[in-house]
Parts: sequence; structure tokens; C-alpha cells
Amino acid sequence: MAASDNGRLDGLTRFLGWSSLGLGVAQLAAPHRVARLAGVDDSATAPLVIRAVGGRELIHAAGLLGSDRHRAWAKTRVAGDALDLAVLAYALNGRDGDRRRRAKAATAAVAGIAALDVYAAIRASKVRGDTKRQSLHASVTINRPPAEVYAFWRDFTNLPAFMAHLESVETLGGFRSRWTAKAPAGRTVTWEAELVDDSPNRLVAWRSLPGATVPNSGRVRFVEAPGGRGTEVHVEMEYEIPAGKLGAVVARLFGEEPEQQVRDDLRRCKQVLETGDVVVSDGTPDGIKARRTLAQRPARPETVGSAR
Amino acid sequence: MKALCWMGITEVSVEKVPDPAILSPRDAIVQVTSTAICGSDLHLYDGYLPAMRKGDILGHEFMGEVVEVGPEVRNLKVGDRVVVPFPIACGACNACERQLFSLCENSNPNAALAEKLQGHATAGIFGYSHLTGGFAGGQAEYVRVPFADVGPLKIEDDLTDEQVLFLTDILPTGWMGAEMCDIKPGDTVAVWGAGPVGQFAVASAYLLGADRVVAIDRFEYRLAIARKYGAETLNYEDVDILEALRDMTGGRGPDACIDAVGMEAHSAIPAIQAYDRTKQALRQETERPHALREAILSVRNAGTVSVVGVYGGFMDKFPIGSVMNRSITIKTGQCHVHRYLRPLLEHVRSGAIDPTNVITHRMRLADAPKGYRIFRDKQDECNKIVLTP
Repeated sequence: MAASDNGRLDGLTRFLGWSSLGLGVAQLAAPHRVARLAGVDDSATAPLVIRAVGGRELIHAAGLLGSDRHRAWAKTRVAGDALDLAVLAYALNGRDGDRRRRAKAATAAVAGIAALDVYAAIRASKVRGDTKRQSLHASVTINRPPAEVYAFWRDFTNLPAFMAHLESVETLGGFRSRWTAKAPAGRTVTWEAELVDDSPNRLVAWRSLPGATVPNSGRVRFVEAPGGRGTEVHVEMEYEIPAGKLGAVVARLFGEEPEQQVRDDLRRCKQVLETGDVVVSDGTPDGIKARRTLAQRPARPETVGSAR
Repeated sequence: MKALCWMGITEVSVEKVPDPAILSPRDAIVQVTSTAICGSDLHLYDGYLPAMRKGDILGHEFMGEVVEVGPEVRNLKVGDRVVVPFPIACGACNACERQLFSLCENSNPNAALAEKLQGHATAGIFGYSHLTGGFAGGQAEYVRVPFADVGPLKIEDDLTDEQVLFLTDILPTGWMGAEMCDIKPGDTVAVWGAGPVGQFAVASAYLLGADRVVAIDRFEYRLAIARKYGAETLNYEDVDILEALRDMTGGRGPDACIDAVGMEAHSAIPAIQAYDRTKQALRQETERPHALREAILSVRNAGTVSVVGVYGGFMDKFPIGSVMNRSITIKTGQCHVHRYLRPLLEHVRSGAIDPTNVITHRMRLADAPKGYRIFRDKQDECNKIVLTP
């Protein structure tokens, strides 16, 4: 259920990541053999340098394979290659014969990999300039009949009651509506959307109209849950985070885990439909907000209570 | 108002805090007349359950007088005397409809956090960490009770606070522990942990038709109270439990075993105690599950192990081979208190169970920090403390 973007681990990134891992392990485990391969086995300091380079390779590998920001890590490899080539040039200088031949071969191999790294880094910086298309999905079961749940959603003016970041939704007639969301620093973001599908008791689908800050589309499906368990609500959404400064603001608006926010919204929707209200506690006076759970108030009344 | 607050591991103090207010139309405010310290509060006190905040008000066993009701609470009025179940339940979700009140799907605002740790979330609980909602607890002068139209039971006769207070948690928890054993005529039930929940499990198992009930503990004063409810008793520091239970049951083992101990168990075998203590201290496991392991190994083939002792996370060396190969059923859960309130009130009224036998200490709320200390350290033969504000 993780939010996916177009920065998925591609073949080249994975290849470079695994190369780093393999090379790093070999350099750490068998520095003397690597020294012989590179023609520097006559140097007392070579095993030490090779071990250090091996450690660095493992950091590259972790960054490329394990991090969400593997595109940025592609650049760190280019810097690493430059360093390696400089070291090898220094080694070539003082050697001749078979050792010089082996050092030349090692230099050629590193130069080849460096070319790949430069390509990967350039490609990464190009991708970063594009918008980020994201999709998410979430679902909840609400102990109410589909007709009731559908009717509640279909009246878009109900949505701010449980969607935490929405300030208001106005219907404009002709399947169009205007949505206003709260943005950081007391600002708001407004966009218009149109209903693109509406099957009573089954489905509502929308898409934003041109000009929206965050182009988005999605659908909410209402499925009767088996055995009288109520209604399953399935939300699927696609949205594009614009590049640059605006994108950063929007990313903050949606939080780091937009999917978690939609799940929170669905939980609140369930609370409103099943119990009539959003459930609050002393530690969570605003109700569910998963990303705030680690910073919530102690479980004791706020100062609003009248003294008894 | 004054309230007992968690200020850090093994640190609680009575603080002056704001009075609670109605936050939702289905809330009531209850002025507490009696409250108790639960064995499970000690897990919070000792820091073995996560998601506590400095300043959290503790306490989930409390009763009192309604002093304010929200506009949608029509079953209660100001002046009513009520006992309040420890789980908070909405009464409307699928779980509540199936009477699984401690699994209410709506009452825990921190459900997402609980989901990450446990897969799915459970109900909100008064004064029991932010994992169960961050609700202020009942070891206080006043409490806000959410869904007051669902939980509180009105006490309309002259039963004393001490007779009905334990309907909030430990009496129904002991009862559910016995009920999950699905007791048949001739059954022997063994109960690990002769604290108040274990003591009530003993009484409940007899009421549900058990032939023999064996209580296991290491403190004589607790075993003595279990004997008041009819138990045969074993002290695990004196005898080998597996062997003793085999001897008592002609080699079969008990038909059902109840774990009323939970995550801070002790073992008479120093090596096992040291193993689990160390792993728990290093956060390699959250539990010291010795009682549960022993209950599993003791129960007869195809028997039932009923777990009402509280666990928080992950245990080590779980004897799954014994469970699987011997067709053992494990049943468990935080008590669905609401469903037992009325039947157990009847048992109290008829005299079938006298809950006051478990009480050994009565204190003012102001002395609660001392209460936590002596209860945790098993000083002064402390079995159960009732606090009055």
C-alpha cells in the first residue's frame, strides 16, 4: 500500500547498486587480491586505500538500492569515480611492465563504469525537472448500506467534515465543483473539478479541470460488504506534484505520507457515518492525525474545562 | 482537579490539572467516587508498554456520579451513579454489533499507530497509553466518558462502591478468561497468576461448572485469597508446576489453562528468568512470557489456553510445536466488558461472587504514588488498592 512514483528502481540504477555492493565486498574482504588485479600489489598502503574505497562503495550501494532518493545517489557515484581515476593515474605513473598493464586495465574498467554513472546522473537530473505523478489507494468498511454511504459522498459539501486538509467544497452546477484546501501559513489552494462518472450507490469519479495546482483524478467505489457488514469504500487517486518551489509547498500540504492521510480521512468518514461525529481524545483534540501521533498532547484535559 | 499522572518510568504523581469538559454530544462527565490500581497499570508504570506521554492521567477502573451529560446522552442524567467499562466503544460499528467491544473500530483516534504495531487497531481505553487513544484516565476527580450512551452501567440499588467497582475491568476480565475455556462437566482449570484477575477467574470457573480449579502463584497472600474463592493452590517456588498438574490430573493435564499473568511473568528457574529479563531489558522481546509457555506445555492434548494477562508486542521461544501438534486452542482478548456488566451485576447482587474479597488496601487518591510502589513491589501483602479522591 505504499505510494508509488515514477522514480521506481530501474534496471540501470539496480545494476550500478549491485556493482557497488559486489566491488565493495571484494575490496573489504580481499584487498590484497584486488591490489594484485590493479597492479598495485607492491604498495604497502594500497590494501588500506582499497579497504577505504570498499567502504565507500558499500555506502553507494546502500544509497542506490535502499534509499528513496536513489537518483541523488547516482551523482555521488560520479564523484567517487573521479576520485578513483585520480588514484589510478597516480598509480600508473610509478609503474611499468605487467603491473602497468594491469593498472591500465583497471583504469579502463573504472572509466567505463564512470561513463555509465555520468549517464545515470544526467538522466536523473532530467527526471527531477518533471512533475511527479503519484497514485494511491485506500479502503475502509463502513457499517451502513451502500445507498447511504454513496449519498453522503455524492454531496461533496459533506467531504470537509472528514477530509482534514479540505476547507470547503462548493457545487457550481453542471457536474462542476470548486475545492478549497488549507495550505501552510494560513494560505489556501483552490481548484475546480468535474464529475466524470456517477453510478448511484456504486461509484463516483472526478477529475480536476485545467489550471489546477495539483492536477488530480480519482474514483470512489462503494461495494456492498458480504454478510451484512455494510459498505466497502475503495478510494483510488492519481495526482501530479508540480516541480520546483510550488511542488515543495504542495508536498508539505499533503504531508509526507499522502496515502496515510487518505486512510485517516476514511477512518474519520467511518466515525462520522457510524457514530455521528469525529472521535477525539485528550491526547488528540483534533481527532485522527497519524502524522501527528508522535507529537501529541498528554492524555489530560486541555485548559478549556470550567473549574469545579 | 487532582489526577494521578504518569511522569516517567516508575514515576507517578498527583498533579493539579484542568477539569474535563464535554467535547462531543455523546460525552458525559463523571465525578469519580472510587477508582482502583490495576495490575496492568503496573506495565505502564514499569515502562513496558509504549506510547506514554509525560503527564498522561492513568486509571481505567473507576465509577462515580454523572455531573454533566452531552445533548445526545439520553440514558443518563445528572446524579446517576455509574460504573464505566475500561474499553471505550461506539456501539455502532461491526465489532460492537458483534459484542466485541474492546475491538471497537471507531473509539481509538490513534488507530493508525496501533495498526503499525499490531496489524489492526483496537478500541480506545481510558488512561492506557496513546496506543489506545490517548484518553485521560479515571484515577482523578473527574473523567470525560465518551460514548456515555453506550458504556456506563447505572447502579440503582444499594450495593456499595466496593461491590460494583470491579465490574469495570478485573471481574469481567477474570470471567471472560474462564468463559473462553468452554468449561464442560468434570473439567479441571489451572490459573497462572493469583492476582485479582486470577482470583476472579477462579470464582468464575466454578460458576461456569468447573470441577476443580488450581491457582498458581508464588505469593502466599495471593494464593490465600484464591482459596477463599475455592481454588486448590500451587506455589511455583515450591513445586514443579508441570509435574504437579500432571499428578493432580492423572497425567492428562488441565482441560484448560488461564494465563492471568501477562508480560511481566517470573520463573522459578533462575536461568529462564535471567534469559527473558535480559532480552526484555535489551528490547529484544517485549514480553517475559514464562507463564504462557508453561500454560501451553501443561494443558492436556486438544485443551484450551485462555490468555487474559496483558501482552504488548513480541515474545521469544513460543512453543508453537506443542500448540500445533497437540491441537491446542488459544483464545484471548482484552475483555469485552460491556457484554458482561449486567450478568455479573446479578452474580454480585445474588452473592454468588463477593468481589470485595480481593481488596487489601484503601487509600486516598493523594497517596496513589505510594500505592503504585507497594503494589508493584508486593509489599505489605498488597493485592488490590481502592482509591477515593
